[in-house]
Amino acid sequence: MGFFTDTTLCIGCKACEVACKEWNKLPSDGYEFTGESYDNTKELNGNSWRHVAFIEQLGQERDTSRWLMESDVCKHCTHAGCLDVCPTGAIIRTEFGTVVIQDDICNGCGYCVVACPFGVIGEKQEDHTMGKCTLCYDRLKVGEQPACAKACPTESIQFGVVDELRERAEKRLANVQARFAGAQLYLNDPNDGVGGGGSLFLLLDKPEVYGLPPNPIVPTKDLPLRWRTAGIAAALLFGAVVLCAAVRE
Amino acid sequence: MGTSFGRGGATTFQQDLQNSDCILIMGSNMAENHPVGFQWVMEARERGAKIIHVDPRFTRTSAMVNLHVPIRPGTDTAFLGAIIHYILEHDRAFKEYVVNYTNAPVILREDFKDTEELDGFFSGWHEDQNRYTFESWQYGSMDGAPHMDKTLQDPRCVYQVLKRHYARYTPETAAQICGIDAQQIIEVAEALCANSGRERTSAISYSVGWTQHTAGAQTIRGAAIIQLLLGNIGRPGGGILALRGHASIQGSTDIPTLFNLLPGYIPMPHALAHDNLKDFIESGSAMAGAWGNLDRYVVSLLKAWFGEHATEKSDFCFDLLPRINGDHSTYRSIMDMLDGKVKGFFCIGENPAVGSGNSGLHRRALANLEWLVVRDFNEIESASFWYDAPEIESGELRTESIKTEIFWMPAAGHTEKDGSFTNTQRLLQWRDKAVEPQDEARSELWFYYHLGKRIKEKIAQQAEPHADPIRFLTWEYPETGETREPSAAAVLREINGWDAQGKALSGFGELKADGSTACGCWIYCGCYKDEQNQTARRKPGSEQNWVAPEWAWAWPANRRILYNRASADPQGKPWSERKKYVWWDEQKSEWIGFDTPDFAKNKRPDYIPPNGAKADDAIAGGQPFIMQADGLGWIFAPTGLVDGPLPVYYEPHESPVRNLLYSQQANPCRRQFPRPFNESNPSPSELHGDAFPFVLHTYRLTEHHTAGAMSRSVPHLSELQPEFFCEVSPELAQLRGLIHGDWATIFTSRAVIEARVMVTGRVKPMILQGKEFHSVGLPYHWGSRGLVTGDSANDLLQITLEPNAHINETKGLTCDIMPGRRPRGEAVPAFLNDVRKRAHMDVVT
Amino acid sequence: MADWKARTEGAKVVKSICPYCAVGCGQSVYVKDEKIVQIEGDPDSPISRGRLCPKGAASLSLVTNPLREYKVKYRRPFGTRWEELPLERAMEMIADRVLETRRDTWESTDGDGHTLNRCYGIAHLGGATLDNEENYLMKKLYTALGVVQVENQARI
Repeated sequence: MGFFTDTTLCIGCKACEVACKEWNKLPSDGYEFTGESYDNTKELNGNSWRHVAFIEQLGQERDTSRWLMESDVCKHCTHAGCLDVCPTGAIIRTEFGTVVIQDDICNGCGYCVVACPFGVIGEKQEDHTMGKCTLCYDRLKVGEQPACAKACPTESIQFGVVDELRERAEKRLANVQARFAGAQLYLNDPNDGVGGGGSLFLLLDKPEVYGLPPNPIVPTKDLPLRWRTAGIAAALLFGAVVLCAAVRE
Repeated sequence: MGTSFGRGGATTFQQDLQNSDCILIMGSNMAENHPVGFQWVMEARERGAKIIHVDPRFTRTSAMVNLHVPIRPGTDTAFLGAIIHYILEHDRAFKEYVVNYTNAPVILREDFKDTEELDGFFSGWHEDQNRYTFESWQYGSMDGAPHMDKTLQDPRCVYQVLKRHYARYTPETAAQICGIDAQQIIEVAEALCANSGRERTSAISYSVGWTQHTAGAQTIRGAAIIQLLLGNIGRPGGGILALRGHASIQGSTDIPTLFNLLPGYIPMPHALAHDNLKDFIESGSAMAGAWGNLDRYVVSLLKAWFGEHATEKSDFCFDLLPRINGDHSTYRSIMDMLDGKVKGFFCIGENPAVGSGNSGLHRRALANLEWLVVRDFNEIESASFWYDAPEIESGELRTESIKTEIFWMPAAGHTEKDGSFTNTQRLLQWRDKAVEPQDEARSELWFYYHLGKRIKEKIAQQAEPHADPIRFLTWEYPETGETREPSAAAVLREINGWDAQGKALSGFGELKADGSTACGCWIYCGCYKDEQNQTARRKPGSEQNWVAPEWAWAWPANRRILYNRASADPQGKPWSERKKYVWWDEQKSEWIGFDTPDFAKNKRPDYIPPNGAKADDAIAGGQPFIMQADGLGWIFAPTGLVDGPLPVYYEPHESPVRNLLYSQQANPCRRQFPRPFNESNPSPSELHGDAFPFVLHTYRLTEHHTAGAMSRSVPHLSELQPEFFCEVSPELAQLRGLIHGDWATIFTSRAVIEARVMVTGRVKPMILQGKEFHSVGLPYHWGSRGLVTGDSANDLLQITLEPNAHINETKGLTCDIMPGRRPRGEAVPAFLNDVRKRAHMDVVT
Repeated sequence: MADWKARTEGAKVVKSICPYCAVGCGQSVYVKDEKIVQIEGDPDSPISRGRLCPKGAASLSLVTNPLREYKVKYRRPFGTRWEELPLERAMEMIADRVLETRRDTWESTDGDGHTLNRCYGIAHLGGATLDNEENYLMKKLYTALGVVQVENQARI
């Protein structure tokens, strides 16, 4: 399961940020005015698992004004660097194909932080374990959709089966291309550097404009070999690889 | 809205926006302030509707629409006037609708003079009293139905008067007033015209961007005229949607905690006009339309309040009601507090110390009370002013010298009590209590019920003057639980009313004037039909048609689109298949459709009232506006507004420029309170009219709620917009040396505050009459208390009221701005005196 | 969190309406052991279809906010600090203040002998997040007391 975040529908209300924090009992991340348009959360980290980016594109004459808004979230990569490097096995691929950190196993080493090409993971204020979006694993288990997708007033955040979302995204792109200059899909390609995202996006400009890496590559491409040589957590890793393969199929 | 169509509420409902072919959002930042309602605008957009946002700033709403037009704050009436001009000039009105359903054909009196003839004034102006008398605005003929010319050619008919009145509102002139290009106005006008008519409909939605001006009601009238000319009222995808900002602001005018109204928009008795019930009913009733039954509504209300004491013999206790004799609005009360005339004040879920315009004046008023009751979740600024107000910091007030005795009381939250809210579309929705309130937290229902009970007990034990109204007041509601919470359902049932047998009424048609029925609010009659709480109905939307009539209950009579008779042509057939909604079924001999018809169910479309018919019987089968005495939509308002039967463009009370259209600068009827700490910045053509060169406007952000009491206390909201900031254009930043992210000091003759600087291209300079002007935008969510704090933008404002609704002008005033932090302590009054001196104003000592 | 069990499982669902703006979004309030464990959108609402804005989504944090207080506080005239005051005592004192001010500022007629029948010395300003039933009792009681300066946020 995954997310399709369609930025042509995002009104920048941040309901996703709040609904996420309310459900996951995350603390506020400081009360600091950034001056970066209406974005005061700044980034995804251990305490903020949804983050709305605001990009003001206003020409001198302001006749082609655009204010881009995009709700960012963990990409739940098909090849997840975080999962690959986690030494404790705290990070798992769930039965929903999502990538989840189990906070009762996580020891807070932070390897996953550097292994994420998107800078999604950070330390949680509360217990110093690592935190990121779980795609509301606990809600999925009881048949509920993730809190952010449920709250989103304009269906900018859509939840569903990843393959279906990919199809929907393609259709949507075709629908909006004439209306929105620069419309493009992001992380919808299973052959990209992370094997496609479990979270995919329809953007209105290049990914880097939103602070997203243009060609994300999972940094653990050749890591498993070295780790296996070292004889660490081989069995666990094997499990993860199998699961990854299953999801890819 | 009440004046134009008959009822003071949105004519449509939010979901209906999905059916619009064009939506004009103006005076509203809907995506930011009503995000979930905005989903219906997005639905329309995705179906190909044209969405337009007319607003001074490029906001999150502007970012979503097809066209954004950045007008100067406070110039909406000029903009709308130019659209009316365009419709008339290019003959784009929906003629069949206009001729049959509006008062465009009505012929006006000879002595009526338009602003065209009297340079910005209508006939009836009394210079010495600063007010109008209204006789000449009335219809020409008073003998029954008004005289009409359905060809719309008579030079004295409303349509021709309108044409002359709006002749000067050319797009070119309006563009100079609004600071935009004429072409932008034409594009909006053309979009509305192209998307109106038999096959298409356009909607307009507005909010406090229209009401919080000295021309507020007339701006809404401008929209009403457009929608009547284009035939968009009473039809799906059409209408005017007033977007209210608070959960039950519609409810608090329907069951008004307002000085001039009794429940259901019945006026408060006036000392000079209403000696007895008969006078009251005669002066308030109309011969035709729903107000023809005023006697039934008032008598039933008096029965609900005074029970067995309200009899024909006692004049139904009418004499026990207090009388008004002027303006007793909250701003008047504030002045009376300052003058020592008002001694006790209840401040209930409201925070005037930072939330009302010219907050500083409000704080001084609070400090001059004998006693004050504040009920809220937290200790808000209106409870803490006596030790942490800016006036304490500046030394102008001293804690030890403030006599006000204060009771701060903890209130119950929405999850801790039963009750109903009335939302922006007149929909009453019931909430069930989820948990008990903690400790001493109580509902307002509890507080007022027990306060009333205590007062009744006291007067039973002691000789109390003027005790009858209290003694006779019905005050019995079932109590439950340890806290003895009164039953909200029982109160709602009283609001609904009952018959002589005590059975719940099913609609206001059952009300009687003989004292056999009781009803607390006639427009809400039916909300407890069949002894069922209709407001608690929750049949899922997915299991109903798109109107969802079985979700909760809307007043009146569960109608979702008002005046929906107008969705059919005069013969009762839908104007088009695409826009069908309510129509006449000849076989069944009744009106049917997707909604409750807003019309007598079996009244034929060709019904003509017999001579002597009264109330609803006097409304013809082709007249959809059943609340109006003539059954018509009012393009011209012969009564109901004190500042004119047609909208006129006047500059805001404080303005950087002269009025281009008339020599009269500002609304001559506006209510002013000139006094220390409420001075007006000079405007042209006054001397030193350029002393405060920038236009100031205040507004809200998605992440906060009003003055912040319900959001600055919430961590997950506070972090999203943690600090008070001002929004300025790069051009103004350069002009004044303001640095993005740094501090700015903003000041008027009333106050000086500071805010972080947000330099953004979303704010644009305006060219007015050939000269560049700038605006300063201020979200007003902050105050001295909460998880995040900051200066209050409302401190800068001045109190001058719109003359009909008595609402304060909070947008479009003037100010100045400079880089850096503001003065502190005693330097504040010194700074302000300097400012006033430079503007050659009086110095406050 | 290790068992990944949604805390709304097995909770009682109470139907409510959001207290912020006037859109009137439906809310589902989840209650366990007399405590609210979650508030989210009610999908049955034809207006909101289960969705909420950031404020609506923060409703639980509103009713449990860290600054919320639950005891009456009293500041005596010219006082320099808050004092405790039991609720019942506060109610009694307020009832006395109302009657006293009513007596002191009663206006039977205006200068020309027209009936006024009112108490001019008390004013009220209410928020617009109050229930219809609450507004009704307020207006009813104030009118009986002769208080005419009854106002609310709609004027603001």
